[in-house]
Amino acid sequence: MLKNKLATLLIYLVAVLITVTFICILADIIIHGFSQISWGYLTESPSDAGRAGGIAPIIVSTALIVFLAIIIAAPLGLATAILLTEFAQQKTIFAGFVERCLDVLASVPSIVFGLFGNAFFSLYLGLGFSILSGGLTLACMVLPILIRTAVEGLRATPDDYRFSAAALGITRTTALVHLLLPTAMPAIVAGLILGIGRAMAETAALIFTSGYVDRMPDSVFDSGRSLSIHIYDLSMNVAGGDSKAHAAALVLIVMLLIINAISMGLAKHWQKNRIISNEIII
Amino acid sequence: MKQFSLFIILLLTLSISWGYFSENSDKSEVKKLVLTGSSTVAPLLAEIAKRFESLNPNVRIDVQTGGSSRGINDVRARVSDIGMASRSLRLSESELFSFNIALDGISIIVNNTNPVTSLDKQQIIDIYKGKIVNWQQLGGQDATIIVVNKAEGRSTLELFLHYFGLQNTELKPHVIIGDNQQGIKTVAGNPHAIGYVSVGSAEYEAGHQVAIKLLPLDGIIASVENVRNQTFPLSRPLNLITQQQPTGIIKDFIAYASSEQVADLIKSQYFVPVAH
Amino acid sequence: MSLSRTDQHLVVGLRLCALLVASIVLLVFLFLLTESWPILNHISWSRFFTDHSWHPVQGFYNITPMLSATLLTTLGALILATPLGIASALFSRYYAPSFVATWYRRLIELLAGIPSVVYGFWGLTTLAPLIANLHPPGVSLFTAILVLALMILPTIALTVEAALISVPNAYHSGAVALGMSRWSMIIAIVLPAAQSGIVSGIMLGASRAIGETMAVLMVAGNVVQHPHSVFDSVRTLTANIALEMAYAMGDHRAALFVSGLALMIMVLGFISLAELFKWKSSYA
Repeated sequence: MLKNKLATLLIYLVAVLITVTFICILADIIIHGFSQISWGYLTESPSDAGRAGGIAPIIVSTALIVFLAIIIAAPLGLATAILLTEFAQQKTIFAGFVERCLDVLASVPSIVFGLFGNAFFSLYLGLGFSILSGGLTLACMVLPILIRTAVEGLRATPDDYRFSAAALGITRTTALVHLLLPTAMPAIVAGLILGIGRAMAETAALIFTSGYVDRMPDSVFDSGRSLSIHIYDLSMNVAGGDSKAHAAALVLIVMLLIINAISMGLAKHWQKNRIISNEIII
Repeated sequence: MKQFSLFIILLLTLSISWGYFSENSDKSEVKKLVLTGSSTVAPLLAEIAKRFESLNPNVRIDVQTGGSSRGINDVRARVSDIGMASRSLRLSESELFSFNIALDGISIIVNNTNPVTSLDKQQIIDIYKGKIVNWQQLGGQDATIIVVNKAEGRSTLELFLHYFGLQNTELKPHVIIGDNQQGIKTVAGNPHAIGYVSVGSAEYEAGHQVAIKLLPLDGIIASVENVRNQTFPLSRPLNLITQQQPTGIIKDFIAYASSEQVADLIKSQYFVPVAH
Repeated sequence: MSLSRTDQHLVVGLRLCALLVASIVLLVFLFLLTESWPILNHISWSRFFTDHSWHPVQGFYNITPMLSATLLTTLGALILATPLGIASALFSRYYAPSFVATWYRRLIELLAGIPSVVYGFWGLTTLAPLIANLHPPGVSLFTAILVLALMILPTIALTVEAALISVPNAYHSGAVALGMSRWSMIIAIVLPAAQSGIVSGIMLGASRAIGETMAVLMVAGNVVQHPHSVFDSVRTLTANIALEMAYAMGDHRAALFVSGLALMIMVLGFISLAELFKWKSSYA
């Protein structure tokens, strides 16, 4: 009984400790960053090496890099997940090989992706320092996350769905599109959010691929600085850049929060509608 | 209905983003310059480039950071049009063309609570070699000296080593830093640290309640002013490097970057414009 | 079950996509190898372990101090973050009142999304001076372990909680029927049932810790040495690449790709270890 009480006490202590530590970190960012944020900060270009002006081009570059990464990785990831769950029940050698590769890919450190992206996309394919190089590099990085969550989602769909579809003579493709994918949608969207979050927060993989230019990009072949690189540069390379670095960090965190909230809401809403209409069809 | 609206959203996103995916149709008129090199010079050149672009709407200038040697290497490999270097060309690089746009100095910094006010050349050498390990030996508090050094490949390190006649292999650092601000933050957060950084940024931070102070070198106060009048011994040129005698837009840009018109930008990045 | 014609087309498409995905890993290895080839070609690989220091500009390429630093920071962070992460997950699943649990989970989710640069920034400006008071120089193995532990804690907590949620309710009612205390139920029933989820959480945390670059670069001190105490400064393989890559040319650049290769081999080792563990626990 004493043990039970002691454990309860310890666990509460840990929770308080974690909460306090993290509130300290967040408060630090908010206190130093909030005063710097204004409408102008979000809509202007940086000037004086980032000490003055805003971060509009940097937000656009970040959005483009992340958008590219997701647009490239999502279809590939979904296709791989479908293959692994729906068409490879009897563990083929090929499926095993793909899964091994994914395990490795998931643990490749982001700086190694940076090295690879620099050597392959920027130099070998001649894309140079560009948003496209950065997006492609990040696409490689978020692929395993997307695949893993989609696989979980598809595996969690009840087999009854598959059996009923087969019994009705519906092709697997149709069953997938109308039944299984909508059911697995929350998991897929959760994976997308995780991927977007990881891509937005990435620094190491982008330094050598998307570059340093803080101008508004004209096309994806231009170099563009991401928010996290901007934070890094302001805090490590620009005298008097700290307060703006805090502000940029705050913007990044708020953006992540918004994306998180919107997509969660969307996923719930979507799933509810699709499942109901599908059940009527069946 | 749902699918239809989703389709519309997708279409809209695609059409908006299409602008970004297609290269501009009037691309032939837009000239692009690529600058790579020294991270010390990069923020300055990014500012100069922005002003140059606003005067010449059909020029786009990309500034990428790296190190001085990398910048020189890129120019040789024709990966970039202009290299940025925070040091002079070496003998082995004499086939290249160098244009001085500004000056910078390197200052020894310590925490501002440190009672030590000056160190001579030999003392600094002994500190970095690990022969003097306690501030007490230099008239300070009884505390271990925390030696802050720069990472390999940076020209600030090369200049520092050259000036004090040291080899990097014989140094005994406790902390190794990358860029300037990391050095300033490390020394500011550590009462017993010693490091060396760009004079301009150190002077700026020391004037903004950051807990560092600049030590004089050979009795000469480390300040932007003394770099300007060329009395400060450890100073360096900030240069633009090209592979050939510059022509056309490259020539225009270099002329602009070394003109009086950008003196205010150079000052606002805490460097010293070259005398005209 | 035979496949219809549409399905067969689909499968071909899917296979191609999967092949592309799988080939990325091979491409990564291929490029690491080709880029490090210039140096592996003309100096013996053993010099990366026997040279007397890492001074690539002067031609010394010992990477062992960085291997040990990477291992030590990762292990340290795991030792700190694993119990805390599990405790945190237990708190929000079994201890906290439901509205506290909801908010607590939101907080942890928010923390999982904070970019590593921000943790590094905070570590350099707030944590390092505090530790410098304790024992100079402040930026050290210890600081790096603390920052890394903070970073991977949310990852571990969230994964473990997901595993706890999937423990069947019947187990709980059984424990209640037996009159077990909350703690004995957790120790005897819940944790063993959630074991594989907990292990995968730890693995996720480990791979994040081993690969973390920017935060470590800012707080570890970056001196290439085998540390004598936890307050000595160290440089990890990842920080080495980020610190010197933009400045490196020729052999130096190739040597950094060798660091990348070494990092990948370590990661492979980790994965095999985890596989072995999984295999053992499923056949034990």
